[in-house]
Amino acid sequence: MIRNTLMAAAAAIAFAAPAAAQDFAITNATLATGDGSDPIEGATIVVRNGRVDAAGAGVTVPAGVPTLDGTGSWVTPGLFATVTDLGLWDVGAVSESNDTRAGDSPFSAALDVAPAINPQSQHVKVSRAGGITRAAVATMPSSSIFGGQGAIIDTGDDPDPIVRARAFQVVALGEGGARRAGGSRVSAHALFRNALREARQYGADSRISGTASRPPEQRTGDDMPLDPRLVDNRTERGDDVLLSRFDAAALVPVVTGAQKLYVMVERAADIRAVLALRDEFPNLDLVLVGASEGWLVAHAIAAANVPVIADALDDLPESFEQLGATQSNIGRMVRAGVKVALNASAMEQPRYLPQFAGNLVALTELPGADGLSWGQAFAAISSVPAQISGMGTGAGTLSPGAMGDIVVWDGDPLEVSSTPVKVYIDGIEQPLENHQTRLAERYRDLDESDLPKAYDW
Amino acid sequence: MNRTIRMALCAGAASLMLGACASTGATEPDSTPAARETRADDGSVPFASTYERYPGAPTALVGATIYDGTGGEIRGGTVLFADGKVVGIGDASLAIPEGYTRIDGRGKFVTPGIIDIHSHLGDYPTPSVDAHSDGNEATSPTTPEVWAEHSVWPQDPGFSRALANGGVTSLQILPGSANLMGGRSVTLKNVPSRTVQGMKFPGAPYGFKMACGENPKRVYGGRGRMPSTRMGNFAVNRQTWLDAKDYAEGDRDKRDLAKETLAGVLDGDILVHNHCYRADEMALVMDMAKEMGYRVTAFHHAVESYKIGDLLRENDVCSAVWADWYGFKMEAYDGIPENAALIHNQGACVVIHSDSENGIQRLNQEAAKAQAAGRRLGIDIPDHDVIGWITLNAAKAMGIDGMTGSLERGKMADVVLWNGDPLSVYSRPEKVWVDGALLYDALDRKRRPVSDFELGQPGEGDVK
Repeated sequence: MIRNTLMAAAAAIAFAAPAAAQDFAITNATLATGDGSDPIEGATIVVRNGRVDAAGAGVTVPAGVPTLDGTGSWVTPGLFATVTDLGLWDVGAVSESNDTRAGDSPFSAALDVAPAINPQSQHVKVSRAGGITRAAVATMPSSSIFGGQGAIIDTGDDPDPIVRARAFQVVALGEGGARRAGGSRVSAHALFRNALREARQYGADSRISGTASRPPEQRTGDDMPLDPRLVDNRTERGDDVLLSRFDAAALVPVVTGAQKLYVMVERAADIRAVLALRDEFPNLDLVLVGASEGWLVAHAIAAANVPVIADALDDLPESFEQLGATQSNIGRMVRAGVKVALNASAMEQPRYLPQFAGNLVALTELPGADGLSWGQAFAAISSVPAQISGMGTGAGTLSPGAMGDIVVWDGDPLEVSSTPVKVYIDGIEQPLENHQTRLAERYRDLDESDLPKAYDW
Repeated sequence: MNRTIRMALCAGAASLMLGACASTGATEPDSTPAARETRADDGSVPFASTYERYPGAPTALVGATIYDGTGGEIRGGTVLFADGKVVGIGDASLAIPEGYTRIDGRGKFVTPGIIDIHSHLGDYPTPSVDAHSDGNEATSPTTPEVWAEHSVWPQDPGFSRALANGGVTSLQILPGSANLMGGRSVTLKNVPSRTVQGMKFPGAPYGFKMACGENPKRVYGGRGRMPSTRMGNFAVNRQTWLDAKDYAEGDRDKRDLAKETLAGVLDGDILVHNHCYRADEMALVMDMAKEMGYRVTAFHHAVESYKIGDLLRENDVCSAVWADWYGFKMEAYDGIPENAALIHNQGACVVIHSDSENGIQRLNQEAAKAQAAGRRLGIDIPDHDVIGWITLNAAKAMGIDGMTGSLERGKMADVVLWNGDPLSVYSRPEKVWVDGALLYDALDRKRRPVSDFELGQPGEGDVK
């Protein structure tokens, strides 16, 4: 067994070329498994063939597996960021570099982020360095109440970021949806119902506008069947008014429940209206996003078994749909039995996820507030968002067989002073350098006595 | 001070200007810049502060770790305050006078009240509806005539969150950055009030908001008018300063709101707070200030200050920065988490600011993140110095450091008792005093402000 001190001499470990998953083990670390339980001290993790083999106290490292001494460090599953725009932009205000919205697009629900995602984006790299190994990526509703189809990605340093394309559809049904639907919630709900009825009819009817019968289903290799009408033009719809053929087809898996529907909604009354949609469309696989006033309807959300991707620290009445916003929102929903993940789009950058989760732990010390235990808070940025994203227990946990997404931290991962020192995705150690780290190295001093800074690289 | 004397002091060469009229140094608690302020015809100061401290019990915080804001640290120390002022600070041997309420601070931490040098609370209040959008008079690239205090809505619920969650006791409200010259700022005590005058920090100098870079040229270039380029930005600024110098060097008899503010800057009475991201642009702005005979007190946002820490040190200009915002616009592309630590390491002044109704609730955490980023680069900055980034350094750059920003005898009793290390994510303010008055107590659900707007709404009086 090769032994080394992880923090001091990790570079000395003889890991092979970065493109290949290597078996490895880390011992004597503080282990957070991501399943909601408390951290385990003096624990061991074994990763083999790109997957978690075993993790916990008293785990034995099989002979021949290179082992790092994790004394003083924490080991966790990679963070799962949802919802994000990672890989869709370079500079926010440089519109040509920014694919997060398409206000002038003729399409809405049919938009599919997968082909646009750039795994070499600096924001992907920065997030990876922050311990984020997987993320849900979506475009926000812009030309319509529908934002299009989001994907699940990994943040690995490789050309293939897509874990699952078209994993979910996004719709806005609060103030934002009202604005995009023509000016009122009334219109947004009418537009939504019209769209889903069209999709239901479309899905049921193999002969629309007198064209050919439905061809055999095609699969694209991932879990989501590609609707055949997305790849050919044999069907025509002559009476499109609000929804193009392409958009209607994209909503077929939503109405059948094959694809999750992420509903952006804040106000308690709006949440109730969304939950009631199942009376009309019973197969909807709903996920609430935002839900600032979720605590006011927490029992109804729990009873409907609808998970929530919630804004963690919103506590101001930013709008009239968020009058009840409080940092205790998530704590109260979790206490009522709701499955809640932290919304990464409700913070400046996805790498703030651990900080926001840590703030929820701090609330447990504040009289009258409702927070999360450490284990719950960490789960809300790892296993819970992974489950909501349809990954089961295969991501965001250290369960045997889970993806080998492992982060080694130099301290408590929820503490603002801590940072990842190693990140593995599918068992492959990842580079943590990016534009920011290169700038920091260049300007560590301002010495230009020999040459300008431009030669310092 | 009459105008003749002011001219003699401040209208000389640029080098003299920097010496004679620098205004970021300590302001004596009783000094009043009012003598040179804009005056009404009857000689009164317009919109004068009506703030008076609220009653408070003489209080002894005992046994806590104290960061005094100046870099001092006392473990198991005692802080005494009474009648609105800090009476004493010391270790466990400090005698507690008769009549003081003792508060057990063991396991807890005490800091000066947190100060945010860059806020738009009240000017861009929540709810963030168009009717509340009062922070940018974006109808002309130079609007030195506007005063931020005339836009402040004292009922903004954001003030209470900054107090309860952030321990913020003083803050500067700035106009936005659409304009090259956005107008006067106002410094407030974070005290609920029916009027903005009731929040104004007595004796605080005014600030003057300027902005370089993308915003002004985008806003006005987009309308087909000057400036549409960075060189246009400088041309408009320089001509405006030249016109202001003409006014300032004249008899100033005819009142002119814009010129009064610019003359106040040239006099050194009004402190320039310049929104600026890029290092090269900050260097140009510092030269423009020398050319025109004024001084930049602080660059705000300043994501590239780390590239010119030496220049900023030599020019004695503070950088008010976020911990790690970057990338949202081209001029923010090179923002790095190590910025604050690298500036500090060059011996230049660091202030952590929020520019956000959310960030203002966590300035302590932002400071801790910036500190940790430095440590990873091998720059070790002690906790007691990092606390200065959100207390005394901010006070210095706002010209109120003679009155607040540190726990020193005779200063305002603006004090936060934290339930743990303020540089930890797990800590929160437990009690916050402003001028010795207890205005927030986590252990007393009624001791928290609730704005008019929130009465009768879902969650009224909630912990938020």
